[in-house]
Amino acid sequence: MNLLINAVANMKWNPMAFVDNLHYMGIGMLVIFVVIGVIILATKLVNKLFSK
Amino acid sequence: MENFEILYKNLLEFGWGEGIMILIGCMLIYLAIAKQMEPALLLPMGFGAILVNIPLSDALAGPIQTLYNAGIANELFPLLLFIGIGAMIDFGPLLTNPKLMLFGAAAQFGIFFTLCMASMFFPDFRDFFSIAIIGAADGPTSIAVANKLGSQYVGAITVAAYSYMALVPVIQPPVIKLLTTKKERLIRMPYEQKSVSKLTRILFPVIITVVVSAIIPQATALIGFLMFGNLIRECGVLNSLSDTAQNVLANLITIFLGVSVAFNMTADKFLQVDTLLIMGLGLVAFIVDTAGGVLFAKFLNLFSKKKINPMIGAAGISAFPMSGRIVHKMALQEDPQNFLLMHSIGVNVSGQIASVIAGGIILNMAAKLMGG
Repeated sequence: MNLLINAVANMKWNPMAFVDNLHYMGIGMLVIFVVIGVIILATKLVNKLFSK
Repeated sequence: MENFEILYKNLLEFGWGEGIMILIGCMLIYLAIAKQMEPALLLPMGFGAILVNIPLSDALAGPIQTLYNAGIANELFPLLLFIGIGAMIDFGPLLTNPKLMLFGAAAQFGIFFTLCMASMFFPDFRDFFSIAIIGAADGPTSIAVANKLGSQYVGAITVAAYSYMALVPVIQPPVIKLLTTKKERLIRMPYEQKSVSKLTRILFPVIITVVVSAIIPQATALIGFLMFGNLIRECGVLNSLSDTAQNVLANLITIFLGVSVAFNMTADKFLQVDTLLIMGLGLVAFIVDTAGGVLFAKFLNLFSKKKINPMIGAAGISAFPMSGRIVHKMALQEDPQNFLLMHSIGVNVSGQIASVIAGGIILNMAAKLMGG
């Protein structure tokens, strides 16, 4: 248990890294919505063209 | 006395680390059998963990390493498993209402939030990108991405991904209840039955593959194998192959995958504070995924005339079909006449597609950092 507490106490962390990497969150969510948007449009088109 | 050395010499090689790992292996087996938590994967993983932690074990450097090199180091097993998963998925509910895919996209928020969180503790981008992908709630994607990035935490990431997938019925309901009012949970969404032509069902996997691969080439293998499996299902002329992919292939690969993942579960690699941290970050990823989907649905309700039950947003994670069923069950608990199953399953299958896209985006970002 002491080993674990020591390890946690000695753990290095950099809170600023969260802010530094926020752009990945923005870009990632933007790209995923764009790709899904294209898929939705393509699916709607196919549905319209080939619906029974 | 020297002749009896064989009886105790190996026992002296046991350290406390190996002992703990064997206990962890036993716990995974217990969870698989007694609690039926992802038994197809946790049981082989648990037994594999025991095999690789026996001191001087010939299983680690022998068959398990061979299986690891043959199927995980080159991402073959996760991709083959995707053929089986693709063959199991019916995209019908999604094709009748393609807009549901937006919830699949929103529920990937946990991945990118966890990426930022993990970057505070893990300076190497290969590690924090790989940890983030636990939020895909998709075991094969997590393994494929973490391996491709060469993360040293593949074992912990896999255990976290599959453990939380099994814990979706425990994790999601409190988050959903916390973020929604009773009035919102009572919103009914009538399902309009629309027929989808066979040609549409056949074209869908091809279109998804082309669109996703054209925009994110790093996702081609992941999305391609998933959609190949679905094409086998929908084409109507390969029923026998579809059955094989859904049952024999998926089961066989799951066994190999589970045992060979244990290659990374040796005491020296697994018993670190980092592993506990990864488990914690995995939980954050699942909670934020769920919150992302629910809050996105609430956001859409601000503009939409036809109100959406925000609970369906939570089904946007890839844990299929568990998440969709949980939302349906929660809706029935609030109102026994509120049937959300078709909507929630539609959102759930879109989560499968979106999580693979997110995996590709992570690989794309990492490739840029690696200069590839």
